[in-house]
Amino acid sequence: MYVSTKWLENYVDTKGIAPADLAEKITRAGIEVDTIIDRSEGLTNIVVGHVESCEKHPEADKLNICQVNVGEETVQIICGAPNVAAGQNIIAALPGAKLPGGMKIKKAKLRGEVSNGMICSLQELGVEGKTVAKAYAEGIYVLPADAKPGTDALSLLGLDDVILEFDLTPNRADALSMLGVAYEVGAILSQDVKLPKIEYTASNEKAEDFLKLKVEAKEDNPMYIAKVVKNVKVAESPLWLQNYLMAAGVRPHNNVVDITNFVLLEYGQPLHAFDYDRLATKEIVVRHAVEGEKITTLDDVERTLRAGQLVITNGKEPVALAGVMGGANSEVYDGTTTVVIESAYFAPASVRKTSKDVGLRSDASTRLEKGVDPNRVAEAAERAAQLLSELAGGEVLAGSVQFDELNKESVRIILSPDYVNRRLGMKIPMDEMVSILERLQIPVEAANGQLIVDAPTRRQDLRIKEDLIEEIARLYGYDEIPMTLPIGESVPGGLSSFQEKRRLVRRYLESAGLYQAITYSLTSRAESQSFALETAPVTELLMPMSEDRSVLRQSLLPHLLEATTYNVARRIDTVSLYETGSVFLGTQEDGLPKEVGHVAAVITGKWVNHAWQQENKKVDFFVMKGIIEGLMDTLGLTEKVTYTKATHDGLHPGRTADILLNGEVVGVLGQLHPSEQKKRDLKETYVTEINLALLLAESAEALVYEQVPRYPSMSRDIALVVSKDEAAGSLMEIIQEAGGKLLKDVTVFDLYEGDKVDEGMKSLAFSLTYFDADRTLTDEEVVTRHDKVLAALKEKSGAVLRG
Amino acid sequence: MEQQLEQLKQEALQKIEDAPSVKELNDVRVAYLGKKGPITDLLKGMGKLPAEERPKMGALVNVVRETVTTSLEEKMELLEQQAVNEKLEKETIDITLPGRPVKLGNHHPLTRVVEDIEDFFISMGYEVAEGPEVEQDYYNFEALNLPKGHPARDMQDSFYITEDVLLRTHTSPVQARTMAAKKGEPIKIICPGKVYRRDSDDATHSHQFTQIEGLVVGEDIRMSDLKGTLALFAKKMFGEEREIRLRPSFFPFTEPSVEMDISCFKCGGSGCNVCKKTGWIEILGSGMVHPNVLEMAGYDPTVFTGFAFGMGPERIAMLKYGVEDIRHFFTNDMRFISQFNRTEV
Ligand SMILES: [Zn+2]
Repeated sequence: MYVSTKWLENYVDTKGIAPADLAEKITRAGIEVDTIIDRSEGLTNIVVGHVESCEKHPEADKLNICQVNVGEETVQIICGAPNVAAGQNIIAALPGAKLPGGMKIKKAKLRGEVSNGMICSLQELGVEGKTVAKAYAEGIYVLPADAKPGTDALSLLGLDDVILEFDLTPNRADALSMLGVAYEVGAILSQDVKLPKIEYTASNEKAEDFLKLKVEAKEDNPMYIAKVVKNVKVAESPLWLQNYLMAAGVRPHNNVVDITNFVLLEYGQPLHAFDYDRLATKEIVVRHAVEGEKITTLDDVERTLRAGQLVITNGKEPVALAGVMGGANSEVYDGTTTVVIESAYFAPASVRKTSKDVGLRSDASTRLEKGVDPNRVAEAAERAAQLLSELAGGEVLAGSVQFDELNKESVRIILSPDYVNRRLGMKIPMDEMVSILERLQIPVEAANGQLIVDAPTRRQDLRIKEDLIEEIARLYGYDEIPMTLPIGESVPGGLSSFQEKRRLVRRYLESAGLYQAITYSLTSRAESQSFALETAPVTELLMPMSEDRSVLRQSLLPHLLEATTYNVARRIDTVSLYETGSVFLGTQEDGLPKEVGHVAAVITGKWVNHAWQQENKKVDFFVMKGIIEGLMDTLGLTEKVTYTKATHDGLHPGRTADILLNGEVVGVLGQLHPSEQKKRDLKETYVTEINLALLLAESAEALVYEQVPRYPSMSRDIALVVSKDEAAGSLMEIIQEAGGKLLKDVTVFDLYEGDKVDEGMKSLAFSLTYFDADRTLTDEEVVTRHDKVLAALKEKSGAVLRG
Repeated sequence: MEQQLEQLKQEALQKIEDAPSVKELNDVRVAYLGKKGPITDLLKGMGKLPAEERPKMGALVNVVRETVTTSLEEKMELLEQQAVNEKLEKETIDITLPGRPVKLGNHHPLTRVVEDIEDFFISMGYEVAEGPEVEQDYYNFEALNLPKGHPARDMQDSFYITEDVLLRTHTSPVQARTMAAKKGEPIKIICPGKVYRRDSDDATHSHQFTQIEGLVVGEDIRMSDLKGTLALFAKKMFGEEREIRLRPSFFPFTEPSVEMDISCFKCGGSGCNVCKKTGWIEILGSGMVHPNVLEMAGYDPTVFTGFAFGMGPERIAMLKYGVEDIRHFFTNDMRFISQFNRTEV
């Protein structure tokens, strides 16, 4: 909503208040003023000129040499506009003039002819092209014949104005009108509102003798008023009217259309003007459209209607889409003499639906869908009649044709000052509350310690006590509200154990060298189930914006890999990312997918990169496995977690493992399959994804310290030659089992595959630590135990002892 | 003989002093104190002396030997020290070379902002509540005073799955769910999470973004409590000198509704590009819980009142760190994320 402060001045006194201060006051009281547009900013030395003669430039086809009377003198101005002609009053920018955008007018020579200025279009004065009347859209603007040469053109054009652009919240539809704004500003400034005086002389003829009205869709159209105005002379509107419309961002057309738009802006009540003769049937019928019915709207688009859309008809065919747009067949044109003015209350939901279905939003529909003031429907029609009589020479027929079953009652709200103050935490006196409501022109009565309020129908947003609390508080000033904290018993806040452990997981992974990523939950159908630990029917959007964001993910890895590729493509060779987030599986009883928290990670590139000391190491399976082992250790789950060789789509068949918690698969880790790597433009890349919900649901055991060893431990090493397929893990299990209680620890300290062992074999070396917390072990004990370990290895694995 | 002895001593001491290295010093030791050295010779030659002179001469020889030995030892220590110093000198490294990098990652900036906010409210006695990202229309809209057909819930603005299920458009359904679950108990929660809107991604819009909302419900919760809480929050989050101001606004689930501005943390209020010359920055929306919302969740609005507030971590991060494009948060460029690796205090 653009509010011209010049126009506003007609209804409320804002003199002496700078527009910027007014804007600040309005913003602080509740309606945000988005921008302040000073229309005369940068404009100087621009006057009315009279073109006394206009001749073609001898050297240039498109230029005209004009002698222009600019008051004191007549000067020569060269003009290139096609519509310039002798006898016109025009806008002349004289040497020294400044135009928007910093352009300066200087005396110049154009193809040998002197030009003492410039004849301007409205656009050159900063007026938006789409608000300039079509007749002047492509050329200079022509001023009325009575404009006086040499006088200031800016005030004549209403450009000595400041516009406030309101960013209205949906509840404040009342401020979609100049009168509504006047009420608001009046309340803020404690000023009265001056309403327009509606006076005109009506004809002896009666409207009802000219027009019949039938409303068949009463629910959607509870009130309809038609006024008939005869002998209208369609012409250009007076300049002041056009100026107001342009200030509001509306393009002037002709006086009839301009008047309906003016009243819409003034009262917030949309009006429509029909050409009475073109209606042809002397009848208006409001009804729902029949499926497939057609109408060509004012914008010359033929539209096929759907059943249920509200239409205005002449009894035979639609002549307007109610509240949305008029029809071309009944449009007012230059030859129109009799006009029917429609003012109606169309049900907001009906207008919203029709407007959305046909994809048309107009100044009318945006107001109607929010609900106009029921008590202004008739008044707006009268205002239009008055202006048609004053500005278009019209003869207004007596009375109107109307249907009215609209509820125009105001809502009564009773509340006590104590209630208001308790909600606000304030101590505003009752008479102060009364005064605020009165400033807002909201009828209020104080009786028995209660405020009895009749919320005016122009304020549809006032329905309950809290609405009035807001009115009182915002005008009293939110700055006056004290600062307190909630009273009452306080409970300790905190995180759930899941949330706390999720933070722990993040911190651990970051300390292990991974950066946290956040990727999109929506993905393509093709990627939605890639790498998923568990698949279920996908959750799909009804109306996706693109195929790439049409389905919810079932794995975090596709987008993490996408981010990895993004980085690698930008020459960031080493990428280490992790993400915690939800995957979405199937549909539960409540209609929602099961949302499961996962954690996933991707690493590629160099893990160790200490170049000047030649320490470089590529990522490998065991880097990722080490990170996961550390995670399990951090969560106190090491004893419960095992790894088994596995195969998964998209992962390297020889370098993939399932991660099991208490024997159940909770995750996967492995190398990206070389074909996937190629597809994604990645080098060797390792990934993991773990069901975080399952992982964090498992509690760690109580942390009780173990005595720091008081007796020495003893180490023995074993080197074995085994088949390449033999898993170190199973050998370690054998060792552990045979080693029993005394065997404190087994670690792998060497792996060799090469020339020194037979083809198909490998050498593995283990270091075993024997220890007893209560005493020093003897050599014999250790030897006995160690021999058992060796025997077990020989028996159960076929391992050959080496060296 | 005494003279001879004195000469020997001077000679030895001079050679000790002149010895340039441990090796030469050892040669001196062997030459003078060794079994074939002159001092030994002298001692051997003592047998030729008269018996009464022997003790005197013996003592004299010993003094000379000790003097030479002491001098030798002192010199030896000195030379050894020198040798060590030389060795250390050779071991000197260029300490300006970079150290071996410690492999470290860090939080995503949005997590950093969210955790800061969570931690403040946890310290004020709030719990962190989370809920599903795919929601029922009821919790996302209806329970929040946005009945079907309400203009603010346009199908065009939301990602629907079915007519009754959609990707949540805000984290407010967590509030509705919590109220429904707490059945009349007082509530103090903070709800962070991902939300979704039908927006084309550009510098200022993202179809997925983050919200964090708070809700307090209790007996006689006042608007002044909202203001006091938010003022403390603003100081904690944006600096001790921050002032707040409330401006009237509109949200369907609160009445009265306000937007909160904080005094600009860049210019302190004098006006700059961050605050668009106004001195104030809009940070969050809030208000008193609408009686309809309380009632739908089973709270008697004549007894219970509450306040709610909500903000966007993306916006806060963009303001705080000067990030100009919201898409940075979801591109996961390592060069972006890795910048958020250090403390701000
Ligand atoms: Zn600033």
